[in-house]
Amino acid sequence: MSEPAIDIRAHSAVAPQPLMSARGVCFDAGGQRLIDGVDLDVLPGRCTVIMGANGSGKSLLLRLLHGLLTPSEGSIAWRGRPLDRAARREQAMVFQRPVMLRRSVAANLRFALSVRGVRGPERKTREAETLTLARLDGLKDRPARVLSGGEQQRLAMARAMISAPKLLLLDEPTASLDPASTLAIENLIAQARESGATIILVTHDAGQARRLGDDLIFLHGGRIAETGPVVRVLDAPRSKAAQAWLSGRLFVPNNP
Amino acid sequence: MESFSAILIEAIGLILSWDADVIEIILLSLRVTLTAVAVSCVIGLPLGAVVGAFRFPLRTGVLVAMNTLMGLPPVVVGLMVYLMLSASGPMGVLGLLYTPTAMIVAQTILVTPIVAALTRQVIEDLNGEYAEQFESLGVGRLDRVLALLWDARYSLLTVALAGFGRAVAEVGAVIIVGGNINHVTRVMTTTIALETSKGNLQLALALGLILLAIAVVVNGLLMAIRGTAARAAYV
Ligand SMILES: Nc1ncnc2c1ncn2[C@@H]1O[C@H](COP(=O)(O)OP(=O)(O)O)[C@@H](O)[C@H]1O
Ligand SMILES: [Mg+2]
Repeated sequence: MSEPAIDIRAHSAVAPQPLMSARGVCFDAGGQRLIDGVDLDVLPGRCTVIMGANGSGKSLLLRLLHGLLTPSEGSIAWRGRPLDRAARREQAMVFQRPVMLRRSVAANLRFALSVRGVRGPERKTREAETLTLARLDGLKDRPARVLSGGEQQRLAMARAMISAPKLLLLDEPTASLDPASTLAIENLIAQARESGATIILVTHDAGQARRLGDDLIFLHGGRIAETGPVVRVLDAPRSKAAQAWLSGRLFVPNNP
Repeated sequence: MESFSAILIEAIGLILSWDADVIEIILLSLRVTLTAVAVSCVIGLPLGAVVGAFRFPLRTGVLVAMNTLMGLPPVVVGLMVYLMLSASGPMGVLGLLYTPTAMIVAQTILVTPIVAALTRQVIEDLNGEYAEQFESLGVGRLDRVLALLWDARYSLLTVALAGFGRAVAEVGAVIIVGGNINHVTRVMTTTIALETSKGNLQLALALGLILLAIAVVVNGLLMAIRGTAARAAYV
């Protein structure tokens, strides 16, 4: 895909302001340091992929970036300002296990709009557009919780996209989906990007990372083991953790 | 004394003949209880939802109070309401003692803590499931309470039915504040108690059978509600 973030900054006269930046972010729980000294810049319009083994802290990092958790140390800035409730309204997150309201598909979408104060005809229009975008027209009156896994995931994507967020945080949105459902989600991610959203995508699927991602962050034990353009990291990983993970070997730190 | 089967036949006869007195007693019972349950829901649902959905100072105190009030002995409630409403009591001028209104007040006091406590439990569980998604969507406080109440609608219907079941079968409180005045405050439970002691077993048994039928209907409704909720994966 396009050139990595670092090159844009090197070659353009004015470097784009990062949409979000984290500096020295740590997160402790239960007496353990679960996220340890994360620095990152998310540039507008790009798709940053986060990879790493189970338990490496990917979901925690997304929650921190979404402002659902507060860093124990360090800071996160959203468009140069502190990350607060107002900032979170400019973002949307699809959780690893999305929670659907006990309502119809359409009502789930409407809810995401009405809590943001979008009502009346505008809400109707957006609801109809988004149902079509996610190919959920035929299911709009179904109770959301009886949908199949793939359909629920499309609904979760649709609910996140309906508010036209500047940043979409996606936590393993295609885990446990079949190829067709995965393709449908990837198409939605591509559409979100086309309409200007910046994406942070957690995935275990290297193919998906190549198809959708620009930059890759490899997490290991709560730390960033490696960052770089997706293709470079996947083809020629420099860190031991990424090398081990990509070659399918288990890598346990601090173990002789 | 007549044989049980003879009494039973007479009781069924009373029901089947749509005896005017029996009908009047049933209708008053339903009016008093349904009104009390409605008022209890108006107070108890929002109260339970707020306590279930938010953390705030003294929340534990409110919880203890709610759960304690849930176990109030009905006769004690009846006595308290009696003292309030009796001619020398603080609300004596209203002249409400021995009226259906007094019975509604007593039943409301009994049922509201039940509705509030059960609602709190339902809403707290649902909130645990929704909280993070709501945070992410930026749901405000009022929207949150309303959404939780709406999404728990099937469970809350069963809460209201539980309240109804308790109120309609209640005798201790309503007999103290309502008495059992013919054509004024005769409800099923108090009439059963009094007519039995007077030896008028046909009427008592007829009303007992009606109460039993109501219990069957309530439980049938509970099953139907659970079934509907399960089919839509709303449990
Ligand atoms: N609230 C918490 N308290 C204690 N440990 C936690 C908490 N949340 C997550 N963890 C731990 O932090 C680690 C990272 O979790 P997570 O971010 O979910 O990993 P993943 O990379 O698989 O998404 C895991 O070992 C998990 O058990
Ligand atoms: Mg995870």
